[in-house]
Amino acid sequence: MQYMLLIYSEEGAGPQPGSEEWGPFMQGYNDFTAEVRDAGKLVAGDALQPVATATTVSVRGGKTETVDGPFAETKEVLGGYYLLDCADLDEAMSYAAKIPTAEHGRIEVRPLVIWE
Amino acid sequence: MTPPDATHAEITRLIRSDWGRILSALVRNLRDIGLAEDCLQDAVLVALDRWSQDGMPRSPDAWLIAVARRKALDRLRRESRFAQKSEEIAYLQELERSDEGSEVAGVIADHRLELIFACCHPALELKSRVALTLRALGGLTTVEIAAAFLDKPDAMAARLTRAKRKISDAGIPFRVPEGPDLAERVEGVLQVIYLIFNEGYRASGADELIRRELIDEAVRLARVMVALMPEQRECRGLLALMVLHDARSAARLDEVGDVIPLQDQDRGLWDADKIAEGRALVVQALGRDAGPYGVQAAISALHAEAPSFEKTDWAQIAALYAVLQSKDANPVVEINRAVAVSFAEGPEAALDILNAVGDGAKFSRYQPFFAARADVFARLGRVSSARKDYHAAIALSGSEAERRFLRGRMAQLPD
Repeated sequence: MQYMLLIYSEEGAGPQPGSEEWGPFMQGYNDFTAEVRDAGKLVAGDALQPVATATTVSVRGGKTETVDGPFAETKEVLGGYYLLDCADLDEAMSYAAKIPTAEHGRIEVRPLVIWE
Repeated sequence: MTPPDATHAEITRLIRSDWGRILSALVRNLRDIGLAEDCLQDAVLVALDRWSQDGMPRSPDAWLIAVARRKALDRLRRESRFAQKSEEIAYLQELERSDEGSEVAGVIADHRLELIFACCHPALELKSRVALTLRALGGLTTVEIAAAFLDKPDAMAARLTRAKRKISDAGIPFRVPEGPDLAERVEGVLQVIYLIFNEGYRASGADELIRRELIDEAVRLARVMVALMPEQRECRGLLALMVLHDARSAARLDEVGDVIPLQDQDRGLWDADKIAEGRALVVQALGRDAGPYGVQAAISALHAEAPSFEKTDWAQIAALYAVLQSKDANPVVEINRAVAVSFAEGPEAALDILNAVGDGAKFSRYQPFFAARADVFARLGRVSSARKDYHAAIALSGSEAERRFLRGRMAQLPD
């Protein structure tokens, strides 16, 4: 079963570039990515640019509306994701707990729909 | 020949008592708790009809499982969920061909643990865990569970459906957790069982029959945990705690359903067999790594074996509360320790503990704190302080019975 691990945190929270904690934090991500890849679990994974780069598009009555900013203004924003192939929710949850951002943010675990 | 009604009652009783075991065997085959439940429901209807005419089969459980599996095949074929369920269908067909033998003739393997861990999974809302455990393991009906929660049956049915769907769609496994997760997950299961018990033990809320049902079900579930996970000491601790509480239940409420305080209970009404069982379990539950349930059970055992309130081993109880406090620091435990100390060493020592606890602003709204301190003040002869705390406790009380009790205590104060 495939699970999307959505990484949420407050921008500006947690280790910042240039700080002493940044190096170990990024190393944590490298280690995690290597771990899921070597275990054959990794389908995809990416980090997102800050929410300041977001543009929200919708179509109403045939007209495209474009808004600067994210879909919803929230304190915690989506910063990246991993898509993992796991045996079950327990396995997905245990990987979620290993993502470095889990220490200051939150990881939402969502199973993917299986189309019949 | 037994009259049809008697057979009907016997069948219902058997199905109820074996529900969890039968359902867990089906869930293991079908990997879908909702489907398993529907098919078992179907099989039960067939059984009620068939058995009251032809008599009970030799192995009713196996009979129900075989019929439920056939129903599952029918349903899966009808719903043409072949793509998604092809594995299960092939497996069921295989079972149908080969089976009749092994499981059907003999003992049904027990998969209740896997089902318990799925129902008590932390990814489900706590209330849903409790409800689903009662439904899947205890075989309580949705209406009964709704009554226990004082919910509408429709709302409870929707909650159960949501929970079952999440188990299947989110991939919550039917598996006993391993490694570092195990202890935490066992704790989660015990929490659900204790909630079921307390739902039944609480004096208010649901009616008497449902409350008895909940207490019995919690004890039954704890027995299953003890039998299937004997190495997990806290399972015994919780079972002991519940059995010991239950042993005193006949003396606990007055005729209008108000709680009778321990010192006024008729100890002759306590159930000696249950106390003996609870004490034996406590001995097994304690040890160097005893957990909070085991320690609480030991405290309960000391109360249960005391010939009177005055002759209770308060020093030992105070010491056990200190142990509990060291495992799970908690101001509520500290208040209980203070009460025990007040009888073991005297009210002065207790007042010191309470005042230390009460320094935190957290307790300005906590009724048991004021009730306990009021008693201590009263025994020290500090009447005006006692009266002030009784008033605070009465203002914070959630029930009329509690207020009545506290007013009674206050009335005993000298002028």
